[in-house]
Amino acid sequence: MSESVDPGVGEAVTTGPESAVETTEGDVLVEVEDLRTYYDDDSLFGAPVKAVDGVTFDVRRGETLGLVGESGCGKTTLGRTLVRLERPTDGRVLFDDIDVTTLSGEALKEWRRNAQIVFQDPDSSLNDRMTVGEIVREPLDVAGWRSAEERRERVRNLLDTVGLQEEHYFRYPHQFSGGQRQRVGIARALALNPEFIVLDEPVSALDVSVQAKILNLLEDLQDEFGLTYLLIAHDLSVVRHICDRVAVMYLGHLMEIGDTEELFADPANPYTHSLLSAIPEPDPTARKQRITLRGTPPNPRDPPTGCPFTTRCPAKIRPEEFADVGDELWERVEVFREVLRERNRADLSVRQRVKRLLGRRTQYDDVDEVITDLFDDAPVDVPEELRGHIGEAADRVRAGNPGKAVAYTDDAFSSVCDTEKPAYYAVSGSGRESFCHRHGGGYESVDDVVERKRSNDGLDV
Amino acid sequence: MATIDAPEDERETAGVGVGRGDEPLLSVEALTTAFYTDRETIRAVDGIGFDIHEGETLGIVGESGSGKSVTARSIMGLVESPGRIEPRSSVRFRGEELTDLSEKEYRTVRGGGIAMVFQDPLTSLNPVYTVGNQIKEALRLHQGLRGEEATERAIELLEAVSIPDAARRVEEYPHQFSGGMRQRAVIAMALACDPDLLICDEPTTALDVTIQAQILELLEDLQEERGLSILFITHDMGVIAEVSDRVAVMYAGETVESAPVEELFRSPKHPYTQGLLESIPGRHPDSDRLRTIEGDVPTPNAAATDCRFAPRCPEVFEDCHEVHPQPVAVGSGDEDHHAACLLYPEDTSRDAAVEHHVERKRERTGGEGE
Repeated sequence: MSESVDPGVGEAVTTGPESAVETTEGDVLVEVEDLRTYYDDDSLFGAPVKAVDGVTFDVRRGETLGLVGESGCGKTTLGRTLVRLERPTDGRVLFDDIDVTTLSGEALKEWRRNAQIVFQDPDSSLNDRMTVGEIVREPLDVAGWRSAEERRERVRNLLDTVGLQEEHYFRYPHQFSGGQRQRVGIARALALNPEFIVLDEPVSALDVSVQAKILNLLEDLQDEFGLTYLLIAHDLSVVRHICDRVAVMYLGHLMEIGDTEELFADPANPYTHSLLSAIPEPDPTARKQRITLRGTPPNPRDPPTGCPFTTRCPAKIRPEEFADVGDELWERVEVFREVLRERNRADLSVRQRVKRLLGRRTQYDDVDEVITDLFDDAPVDVPEELRGHIGEAADRVRAGNPGKAVAYTDDAFSSVCDTEKPAYYAVSGSGRESFCHRHGGGYESVDDVVERKRSNDGLDV
Repeated sequence: MATIDAPEDERETAGVGVGRGDEPLLSVEALTTAFYTDRETIRAVDGIGFDIHEGETLGIVGESGSGKSVTARSIMGLVESPGRIEPRSSVRFRGEELTDLSEKEYRTVRGGGIAMVFQDPLTSLNPVYTVGNQIKEALRLHQGLRGEEATERAIELLEAVSIPDAARRVEEYPHQFSGGMRQRAVIAMALACDPDLLICDEPTTALDVTIQAQILELLEDLQEERGLSILFITHDMGVIAEVSDRVAVMYAGETVESAPVEELFRSPKHPYTQGLLESIPGRHPDSDRLRTIEGDVPTPNAAATDCRFAPRCPEVFEDCHEVHPQPVAVGSGDEDHHAACLLYPEDTSRDAAVEHHVERKRERTGGEGE
């Protein structure tokens, strides 16, 4: 943990979103500081896609750090940025104290020997027109490593190391099974004796029995060559098996990072809670109550201003004036907001735009049915104040302005989660950190709220 | 309830008891689907059998190439040339033999009685029609609904699969839906004709875990509301554990083991099932290394004369290469647990067990050939 010897639980480590997981235990190999990678940021139209939006963490020498999250959360972009396959928009990546984000030309090429990547899909990451030997030898050729004879010898050794036969040298990738192709990809990554390897979903295209072999191989190689891994995966059971620490990513941000067993056994962040509860367990007798998240992650071009998880969070903090509204009714309010956001996001077809220009109503301008569905059979009476706000928002939709309706509800129903980015709070003695307002003082704990959610069957959306 | 294959005597009487209360909704027997190419014949599905009863979920699990999807397509009558369902196969739905139906007759079964949800929702939706249009097409073909009435029914269906703001979304195109929403729309289409059996072929494999959780929950709710029977195909043991009542494990075109889900996970009998469960990360948190199964899944080219798992089996013995194992009851008190392995029945000597399999094989093939 940072300089303070034992930061108390619930104490903010830093206040900005640029917060850090710093470490003194273990030797740090890669330091990532407030890294941002945006796509389309030179576009004249619209906002950039904020794939990685300010992450800070360390990778310790010899460890396996897992990076998990849903598709589109930016985990692959982060991995690619670390090995400089993408150019970061902002921030630093210190590799043995050298800032690699600024490297170019020969220096970059030289450094790249040290950081390699294994790709997800062994079908598309190997060139079908090259033999396996040529594929594995290519990095050696590019780096001008020793003599041709020595390179060939090195390739044969590599094939042997990853569990292939020397005679596979002259075969083509299509003659191999998925598991064997992934071994070729691993051999290629090892060719230049790197210290650091990004494994981008290395086993997700493989069957379980094959997957197990590749995972065992990766562990053996790590022991043998003292490798440091960043393992990107969406399969959490793989991560739990192989990783020392895990970082959980959502919409370009790290939500929680810390020791694997601790994080799985006692998740701190509401998103980690939800993600873990969504994994089906290979045990039919396990009876766990799932937290089903509503909707889908927001568009990374237009992320929420506050916490990235605010639109789906099961433990979102309520604005004070609505503190006494029942959970179920409040859930309906959140669904109503989700509907408005969806409508605002929807592209209107030309026909509908013309209709609107002609002053005629389209189905986008009708919210009465939504309101009836959501609130007329609500379990308790809807308080006057709440009904007023909903009516106001509905008027804006009817006027053909879903954007204004969203802005109105954002204003009326917003809490700290909508307006301010949380800080990273230390949530355990081992230096695990979580990105959530609830760890700050004065709020009900995440565990209590999530527990309550689990026991009431929430509105299913 | 599903058995690998009913014993001979039960099989003969099954056709008579149509309309009996315990008659399975779907009964598959000796289903063999082969693909004939110039180079080779591939018996993708090779003599499998199972029953699905009303309101029950049967999970079929296996690695890629084990024949799971071909099984689903065979039931739906969607096997295309060069594939062919072999003559001795039988697929009975509500007592009616499906393998004899003409393409036209099959169409009333598809959608009407049995509906299917595929792995990738984007390829099962037409990008140039609105989602509503595609649901309405199913309603028109199977129920003769048109116009306003059809639109209203389509909106109801989208609401039934928990798509918020359905009245608006019905007018949208598939690309305007997120992955999870698309799969919901596909499920709505499948439900359009009130099927009794829903075949789900890896319906959540392309989705993220949080979205997968939403879809699994939806299927569970729908099953409860509508009394659906579900055939659920997946390679994910976690999903199987969660959704199934019974499980059939497929390997190289054959069912190697079938049992109620809890029984299967508690005491797997077939060495392949054991290996499959051992290789899942996280089942043994204390052990450092994952256990693996050596070798690869073979492609079945000819009728089996041996155990197809023998080359990879840790328990292999001589007879495994010569005798084709038959499903035998292996349950402790539970009669529905069957495994096709020469190690069983356990209570006899090894030679007697092998003899039992030879005998069963002769009975089943009626003394023909082999």
